[in-house]
Amino acid sequence: MLDPRQSLEFERPLVELENKIGELKQLAGGELLAAEIKILERRASRLRAEIFSNLSPWQKVQLSRHPLRPYTLDYVSRLADEFFELHGDRAFSDDEAVIGGLGRLKPLGGRPVLFIGHQKGRGTKEAMRRNFGMPRPEGYRKGKRLMELAARMKLPIIALIDTPGAFPGIDAEERGQAEAIAKNLEVMAGLPVPIVAVVIGEGGSGGALALGVCDRLLMMEYSVYSVITPEGCASILWKSQSHAEVAAAQMKMTADDIRRLGIVDEIVAEPPGGAHHDFDEAARLVGEAVSRHLLALDKLSGQELLDGRYAKYRAMGSFTESAQEEEPPLAVE
Amino acid sequence: MAWWSRKNKATELASEKRSVPTGLFIKCDGCSATVDSEKIRESLRCCPHCGFHFSMPTEERLALLLDEGSAKEQDLEIAPLDPLGFRDSKRYADRLVALQKNTGQADAFRSFLASIDGVPVSFGMFQFEFMGGSMGSVVGEKITRVFERAAEQKIPAIVLSASGGARMQEGILSLMQMAKTSAALQRLRSLGVPYVSVLLHPTTGGVAASFAMLGDVILAEPGAMIGFAGPRVIEQTIRQKLPEGFQRAEFLLRHGIIDSIVPRAELRPKLGQLLRLLRGDCAASPTNQEPAADHPVP
Repeated sequence: MLDPRQSLEFERPLVELENKIGELKQLAGGELLAAEIKILERRASRLRAEIFSNLSPWQKVQLSRHPLRPYTLDYVSRLADEFFELHGDRAFSDDEAVIGGLGRLKPLGGRPVLFIGHQKGRGTKEAMRRNFGMPRPEGYRKGKRLMELAARMKLPIIALIDTPGAFPGIDAEERGQAEAIAKNLEVMAGLPVPIVAVVIGEGGSGGALALGVCDRLLMMEYSVYSVITPEGCASILWKSQSHAEVAAAQMKMTADDIRRLGIVDEIVAEPPGGAHHDFDEAARLVGEAVSRHLLALDKLSGQELLDGRYAKYRAMGSFTESAQEEEPPLAVE
Repeated sequence: MAWWSRKNKATELASEKRSVPTGLFIKCDGCSATVDSEKIRESLRCCPHCGFHFSMPTEERLALLLDEGSAKEQDLEIAPLDPLGFRDSKRYADRLVALQKNTGQADAFRSFLASIDGVPVSFGMFQFEFMGGSMGSVVGEKITRVFERAAEQKIPAIVLSASGGARMQEGILSLMQMAKTSAALQRLRSLGVPYVSVLLHPTTGGVAASFAMLGDVILAEPGAMIGFAGPRVIEQTIRQKLPEGFQRAEFLLRHGIIDSIVPRAELRPKLGQLLRLLRGDCAASPTNQEPAADHPVP
């Protein structure tokens, strides 16, 4: 049962109805009660369809940040046997906004893989410890170290993306936040093992991409991916954060929009009402899609993977290229 | 062509933080002295008193850096589109047209084959006057081609960055230019061809967090602001005032993030020297014996 106090405004009527059905089911009831439950369930399903068939971009942003949404470790614990977490960047510290480790991918017959991902925390205490899923440079450097390890051991990499963005702080800048992100982009482009990335919640800008260069990019149905947060975009272009809703629509950041722009390979459906209604089912759907893509990538050699990955990113962008006459040498005074 | 004397909206917007001196006299942003703007122009747009580096129009910088008659501009046929149909107070498509008219450029980056101090290079630089040098599809494509040409011809790549970061108006496509340019660099690196990244004021956001910070050697102009997050964003997040000199080139040098700070007047000979050293040349650079007389150090 979901806590209605932690529900989004637009899903609250549904959550309340579902909870009521749950309560009625607890009662030892007769046929009359069973009939009543059936009516309510039909009403809930109508209400769910009504709400979820017509979500605005901003509502999808809210869902992607839902406090009850499954986070990276919720998926890893359901997808992996023998998860062995590895810590630290070997230079400064262990950033708990990024988790990584080896595990056996259950839907793929227990095959060992590297899991890497952003990790948000549930509840104030853990959220602080995880810095709300906003990594510092050492988080990205831990990720780089583990992904390079996976490449040496010829293990595929599963990256789970869920961050508002890289942490903007004095210490992060002092230790080279920009360099840490940049280095991961370069290194991930050159790892000769399959990389499948899944945006499970918020794909926040360079901080997301720094764990997200891949052969296959999947997005969950109610996840988002953008170059800047809608709040950030609004405060720069509209000079006020209150325009975040407009900015979210303008930036085309929902899974459907991103697919239309040719960036995403597959959208992973979520359980009815969103991933937070059923962690097990959400993980099963992610596991099925990831395994399918890993199996397809298995057929490629290391070099073929790298060539394919280069071609994938090389083709991204939208511009015209009209033929023009040869330019005379630049006049230098 | 003396467009820098004209006060148009594009240059005004672009130079919000650091002005191109335009009037007869100008107050130096560095030492607050009132300086004859003609003197500033003569000294490569640096303050004759404190050496403060004002922003320098692209054309002047090209003339300063590239060997006379050596530059062939590349990729002139590439022009931006409006893939999202983006609109804030104005349509992105209209902004592009207005900026193209004002700057005479298709977008915020220009690429060349040229030589610097006698060394052939694949060269590119941001045109900060165009939307704050933001990186959208065109900028990302041109940078990628700069690296690819360097790889094909086995000549060093040099990129001068001055950018606020990724271009919001092209959404996720702008973000992906970070991956695209970095992937091109990964290939270049594996060939053993050097890439020197020169950071001008300001270099932040998605440009800093990709190819700009991936130079085999990273140089910066004195006082340039360089970082991932903008100072306002950091202040809002941590609710503290930022320390003096935070995110300036000197701060980055102290924290081991860049290799060297090079004043504008020395950039051409220094790049030549560096490229010859990286190439394993036994002969020293000619400019080491006879310092360039035509560009006196302010």
